[in-house]
Amino acid sequence: MGRFSIPTKTLGKNLHELFSEGIDTHGLLVVFKKELADHFSSYRFVILFALIAMVSLISTYMTGVSLREELEGIAKPKLVFLMLFTRGSLSLDWFVAFLFPLIGIVLGFDSINREIGTGTMSKLVSQPIFRDSIINGKFLAGITTIAIMLVSIVLVISGIGLRVLGVVPGIEEVWRIIIYLIISTIYVSFWLGIALLSSIVFRSIATSALASIAIWVFFFFFTLIGPATLANAVAPVSQAGSDSEAVIRHAQIQEGVRLSSPMGLYSDATATVMNPMQKTTKSLVMMGPMERMLSSRFQNPLPIGQSILVVWPYIVSLIAITLVCFGFSYAVFMRQEIRSV
Amino acid sequence: MDAQTVIETRELSKYYGQQAAVDSLTLQVQEGEIFGFLGPNGAGKTTTILMLLGLTEPSKGEVRVCGFNPSREPLKVKRLVGYLPENVGFYRDMNARENLQYVARLNKIPDQISSDKIDEAIETVGLSEDAERKVGTFSRGMTQRLGISEVLIKDPKICFLDEPTLGLDPDGAIRMIELIQSLSHDRKITMLISSHNLDQVQKISHRVGIMIKGKLVAVGPMEDLAKEKLGVGKEKYTLEQIYMKYFHEV
Repeated sequence: MGRFSIPTKTLGKNLHELFSEGIDTHGLLVVFKKELADHFSSYRFVILFALIAMVSLISTYMTGVSLREELEGIAKPKLVFLMLFTRGSLSLDWFVAFLFPLIGIVLGFDSINREIGTGTMSKLVSQPIFRDSIINGKFLAGITTIAIMLVSIVLVISGIGLRVLGVVPGIEEVWRIIIYLIISTIYVSFWLGIALLSSIVFRSIATSALASIAIWVFFFFFTLIGPATLANAVAPVSQAGSDSEAVIRHAQIQEGVRLSSPMGLYSDATATVMNPMQKTTKSLVMMGPMERMLSSRFQNPLPIGQSILVVWPYIVSLIAITLVCFGFSYAVFMRQEIRSV
Repeated sequence: MDAQTVIETRELSKYYGQQAAVDSLTLQVQEGEIFGFLGPNGAGKTTTILMLLGLTEPSKGEVRVCGFNPSREPLKVKRLVGYLPENVGFYRDMNARENLQYVARLNKIPDQISSDKIDEAIETVGLSEDAERKVGTFSRGMTQRLGISEVLIKDPKICFLDEPTLGLDPDGAIRMIELIQSLSHDRKITMLISSHNLDQVQKISHRVGIMIKGKLVAVGPMEDLAKEKLGVGKEKYTLEQIYMKYFHEV
């Protein structure tokens, strides 16, 4: 036993050292605070804030108009408050899916390469903090900024909604909105991750901005026209006589293509959360007989737990692509040799 | 290891592909010494410093800084070593004091203590009047001096100064050199100064090492080196000839 006690001791000491050095919350916190302060004091944030104000006003106006038309002369439906965020062609839902990637990109596209370019990065990495504190701090500060922005937009819209429509949200609606905010924050963080990655891969700030904007624009149009176009090309369905199998194949391809874009994934992830009347994210042809029966027989909203269950796979996928994206930037950054240029 | 030796490398090499940036470097620097690390651009001086700091992994060989291996225990090394990179950068929209405060926080120095330290460091480099100015408005010489004050914040045992006089006018360069000398004298900080400017650095260095194409061709006090014939590859030169051949190109 005596012979083996020495290595164990050394191992214990090493483990202790690993843990005393291994968790560097201090460095992370310092970088996080500085980055957050930077975000809030920059002109960039002022511009983004203007964007927020615009989005809130437009979407409240648009949904207000369409809601008034919809609700005229009928009894107040259940969970009407949520419609403030989803109804109309320019609802908050649409803005978050298609325009808010820009917020993620703006917050992240130059976060690493600017510091390398100005020489502050070689200074940072020579301080007694772990290198991952830098990238983690930056990513967390970005996520926090995104969350604050989304929360403030939702509050503004709710406020106007309360005043104009006179509807008060119930407790379930509040929970649904909170879940919606979490999903949206993850979604915009995915775009922050894309921007962070391109700021690590490309040394030039202009190139990294262009690269991340190119990805955004690509998915923007891909999501709008890609599913239908690809499905028509691969499995065409004619108006008159198509067998049911061709129709299903068509729908399957359309669904698959749509889910391969983050925008499609996001809108499916929030679908039943924000619209409790919707029971499934599948299109009509893809539904099984029970689902079809359910949706036609029962006109009541789904309980919140069930709503989340329906979209759970999409939420997990959304988290996964965000983590993969960040993990990739993390790995590249940790291996990068940083010298002043 | 000798207690007096604070920096030690043995057969240290770094390859980028087939190219050897640093080739079998064996070097020792004693405590309290000013070591002039001389060589033309691209000789591998910066790469050596990066390996000493654990910012890049050596391909071969060993490094010890104050007894620590920088690749394995980078934080312990970084706590003891102040590094002034070539072209040191600052956050341009923050003032000098805020920039230093950020570094102090990263070094876990509480704000109450750091504010005195910052005042002192800024005064040492003669920037007291400009402490509240945005660094974006600083001249090259001022930025460089602010870089020195930033290194001083963490009370380093060793300083790596990479081309501290680069891009300074003659007057600024002399001030910088005198500042380094006084710091070494007053605070007993071991200094490793990399430079391609033989004239400036040799004046204050206790010993110099001359590096050419990744190889250390000579180490020792300046007077000794002047007498010897030094081998660069297959050829032999006097220091004077090396100086004319390599250093004047830049």
